[in-house]
Formats: sequence, structure tokens, C-alpha cells
Amino acid sequence: MSAAAVELAGAGYDVDGVTLLDGVDLRVEAGELLAVVGPNGAGKSTLLGLLAGDLHPTRGSVTAEGDPVARLKPAELARRRAVLLQEHRLSFPFAVAEVVRMGRSPWRGTPAEDEDDRRVAEAAAAADVHHLADRRFPTLSGGEKARTAYARARAQATPVLLLDEPTAALDLRHQEMVLGQARDLARAGHAVVAVLHDLSLAGAYADRVLLLGEGRVRGLGTPAEVLRPDLLGAVYRHRVEVLVHPRTGDLLVLPDRTTPEDPR
Amino acid sequence: MTALRESADRAAATPARGADGRGGLPRARNRRVVPLAAGLVLVLLALAVVAAGTGQLRVPPAEVLGSVLHRLGIDAGPLPSHPNGDAALWTIRFPRVVMAVLAGAALATAGAVMQGVFGNSLADPGVVGVSSGAALAACTGIVFGLNFLGAFTSAALAFAGGLVTTLVVYLLARSGGRTEVVTLVLTGVAVNAVAGAGIAFLTFLADTQAREQIVFWQLGSLNGTRWQYVAVVAPFVAVGLAVALLVARRLDLLALGERAARHVGVDVERLRLVSIVAVALLTAAAVAFCGIIAFVGLVVPHLVRMAVGPGHRVLVPLSALGGAVLLLAADLVARTAVAYADLPIGMLTALVGGPFFFWLIRRTRRRSGGWA
Repeated sequence: MSAAAVELAGAGYDVDGVTLLDGVDLRVEAGELLAVVGPNGAGKSTLLGLLAGDLHPTRGSVTAEGDPVARLKPAELARRRAVLLQEHRLSFPFAVAEVVRMGRSPWRGTPAEDEDDRRVAEAAAAADVHHLADRRFPTLSGGEKARTAYARARAQATPVLLLDEPTAALDLRHQEMVLGQARDLARAGHAVVAVLHDLSLAGAYADRVLLLGEGRVRGLGTPAEVLRPDLLGAVYRHRVEVLVHPRTGDLLVLPDRTTPEDPR
Repeated sequence: MTALRESADRAAATPARGADGRGGLPRARNRRVVPLAAGLVLVLLALAVVAAGTGQLRVPPAEVLGSVLHRLGIDAGPLPSHPNGDAALWTIRFPRVVMAVLAGAALATAGAVMQGVFGNSLADPGVVGVSSGAALAACTGIVFGLNFLGAFTSAALAFAGGLVTTLVVYLLARSGGRTEVVTLVLTGVAVNAVAGAGIAFLTFLADTQAREQIVFWQLGSLNGTRWQYVAVVAPFVAVGLAVALLVARRLDLLALGERAARHVGVDVERLRLVSIVAVALLTAAAVAFCGIIAFVGLVVPHLVRMAVGPGHRVLVPLSALGGAVLLLAADLVARTAVAYADLPIGMLTALVGGPFFFWLIRRTRRRSGGWA
């Protein structure tokens, strides 16, 4: 078996003696869209930090195509994976076009530099920020900032794409747009990992779902295998209904609002 | 759901239009860059000619130009008509003009790089303790009569003090291999306080003559600049400027935040270290012979950013030009505002820069609702 795009083996991460993540074994393969779900504080962002090489595991290992991530130089790592963070801040008022172009910087001095203009234009159009090209970043709305950051990550054109809550600030149309594109990228051979809060979006788009709870893997498999009412109810500590859409067959995950446990 | 996915697919298909319809995303070239650069160069040259000719011994601009051309071996233009004109220009005025240009360029560039590293347009080289560290070391030399390098002793001490202080601040502010911006700034505040106490103590210890020297050095002045001083400062400024231009592109990426900058391939720790050494070098170069000249590093990059945007590849060279113009103009005012008196230039820049700093603080707070 060839090396996975990114692989965690027995990975754990502690901060100040508190274990945020423990015993995670995960192979992210090229060609798949993996959704990471779980309640607040389950370790989703920590997992993404490990995959991105921002954090170094306290236990276990993180490898990208067989190479230990900790040993890769920043520039080399940036040609392998792009990351979309939850926060989109910018210290100085650059224009949207300049921000998107920043995604091309890892490719400076390589043959891929010739594709810069095309990649930037494609990414801006895909993220629907082409019409904002000359706008200054601080003047954008929250959703427009998120799409600009998404365009930058996309312009980086890396085999691995890591998205931390890519849909959080987006309206319904742009949520569908971004996840539809993430799936298309996976079909085209990229490995895509997306942290999601909307379980129905995870059910509709992901090839596999990783369910985290209290820093441990509670479920890993197809949406149908992981998005089960009993498992979700236990991990989220709230009763959950899972319905099958009558026409498309997609899974719809809804909180059960009729039970006495309801805080109202 | 199906309809939604179709619309998502349509959105995904739009690259074709973007790629060919408008010939790609326009590169954000600013049309104001070239006129501004050309304007600054012209103003700088004109100001240099006027400044060189102004003083107790007046030399008309044409004669200043003529004198320069003759030295370059071009036999054109009139020579200074006053018998001491040529000597005054070449031994007193020109070194001072060149020093103002060098110090202004160094301070403004240091400010631009510092603000890029901190990701905050309010950061100033003085914040990290370069100026006060340099001042403390130079004052030590003055008070204890150190003379190991002759006339250059206090200048050399200022270089060393500035560099050491900056590195100490940088090392103290690091934890876990990273530097939090707030920690760095607050460590700078603490170091500034300690250095200030040291200078106060030295002033207390010093005899009358040394005390006077310390006071004048702290006020900042270009009075008495000689070619030897210029020759010492010039290479430091050249190296500092070159490094600043070299890191400019990566400073742009650092604006994304440390994490995101790492995600696009920047070695953030190394960038910080290189930038801070460049800042220390540039600031110490200016401080060494001219004393403490505050706020140039704050005002100039800010104005340039307002005119042409925040890209450091443009910001760094234009700040250098702008700083040179500002300090040359300030020095001209300093020695002509009051007849037969050479006002301290540091006092002038602080007089203008202080209120400007205050206005910036107010504006920043209004915009970001605090200290974001």
C-alpha cells in the first residue's frame, strides 16, 4: 500500500498536562473528502493543527506521503498542503487580489510559478470573489473575508487541502458551493479534510466521517456508519434524529427537540 | 438539494469566464507608485541643493550645483562666488545633508520593517528598546571617559548597545520557540524603563561637561557632522536597506498572521530574527551620530501606506525616500528657524510626531474598537 496523503499513527497532543487528543490513528487518502465532526472541545482543531504541521504530537507520529511532517521545511510543507483557518485576519489593508495571490508564494522559483495568473483567477472565480478583486480586505463582510481566504488556500493548489469550518460564515448558496467544490477536488485526486459543525452537510458531501469526542476517535467510516442516532446522541449528549431524505437519500441529522431533556 | 448542487456546480464552472473573459485577475499594481517615487526623488534633490546653500553663508542653488559638477569633473555652472563658499559646502554642509538623508532613510525603513514584523502600524523601533539601549551604552562611554576608538567611541557603543538590547528583548520575549507580539512589546517597555533609569543614574553621576554631552545627544542633532561619520554610517544603512528589501515579500505574507504565514511557506521565526537585526542595525546607525530622533519611523511608513497601500516591496523603498526627505527638511528648519541657533532636531520631530502618534491611536481605537 502506498503512503497516505497524511497519516496520524497513535497521535496524541497535550497542553499543560491536559490531554486534548489521544490515540488517533487516521489515514487520509488522496481522492477522498473526510469530514471531521464532534462537539466543542472534542479536539477537531487540534487534529487539524497536527495534520497541518502547526502542532507537533506529544505522542505518536504525523507523516505526509511517508515523510515526518516535523522534518519538512515550511516552504516544502506549503507545496503539499493548504490550510483554511477559522479566523481571517490581516494586519494591513491589502486588496482581495493581492491576498489571493499570496497563496501562490510557495511556488515562487518553481516551474509552477508560470501558472500563477491562471490559478489565481480560477480560485477567485471559484470562491466567487472575482468581482471583489480591487476591494480592500478590511472593508469586506465576514462571509466575503471567508471566501477570500478560501480562494487563497485554493490558489495554493496543493495535493492536500485542510479546511477548518469552511462553511461557518457562509450563506446557504456559498456553503453548498464550497463543499461541492471540495468534493470535486477530492474526485480530481486531492485529499480534502473539512472540520464541520453541520452534520447534514457532512452526511451529504463527505466520503468518510471522523467523529471525535473528548479527544478520542468515537467513529470513523462512511456517513451511514458514523451518523447513527445512538452514537451521535452519546457523543453530543443530546438526543439526535437521523432521517433519510425521501428523494436524494442523503442523511439529515436533526436535534430531537421533543424530548424532556430539552433545556427549554 | 439537487437544484442547490446544480447551482454550486455552476459557480464552480465560472473559472472559465474569469480566466479568459477578463484576462485573469488584475495584478494589483498601483498607478501612484511611480509618480510618488519620482516626486520624492525630485523633492529630495531640490531640498538637498537648497539645504546645502542655506545658512550663515548663503550659496545660491546654481552655485551649489556648479560646485558639485566641478568636483565630478564636469566644467559647467558657476562656482561659489564667496571665497569660503566651496569649503563651507564640502566640509560642513554636504556631510550634514548626506547624514540627514542616511539617518532619515534608516529610521523610516526601520519603522516600516518593525511594523511589518509586529503586524501593527503603531509599532516603532523605539518600542523594542533599540534607541534607549543605544543611548545607555553611549552615555556609559561619555561618563566613564571611554576612548578606545577615539571620536567614534560613543558611536560604536551605541551600535553595540542597540543591537544587544534588541537581541535581549527578542530572547526574553520568546517562549516555546515563538514570540507573542504583546509579550515582545511589553518586554520592550520594561527594557526601556530600565535603560531610562540607567541613563538617569549616569546623568546624576556625570560631571558638568559629560552631563551636557548626554543631554545634547539625547535631544538629537546633526550639528557637527563630518565625512568620517558619514563613512561609518553609510555601509550600515546600505546593509540594513538591502535586508529590508530582501524580506519585504515575506513581510506581506506575515500580515496573514503567524499561522497562516507558515501555511504559505514562511519560516516565521527566521523572518522575525532577520528583520529585528535589520531594524537594530538601521536604528543604531541613525542614533549613533545623530542622537535620538523619534517618530520618523512611525510617521513616514504610515503616510506612504496611505498613498500606495501596504505592500512592503513598495513600502520599504518609498519609506526610505520619504524618511530622507522628512529628515532633510526637518534639519533645514532646525538650523534656520531661529537665527544663529541650531535647534535640536529630535525635539522638532517629537513635536510633530507626538500629536500624530496620538491621532493614530485614536483612529486605530475607533476603527478596531480597541487594541486589535
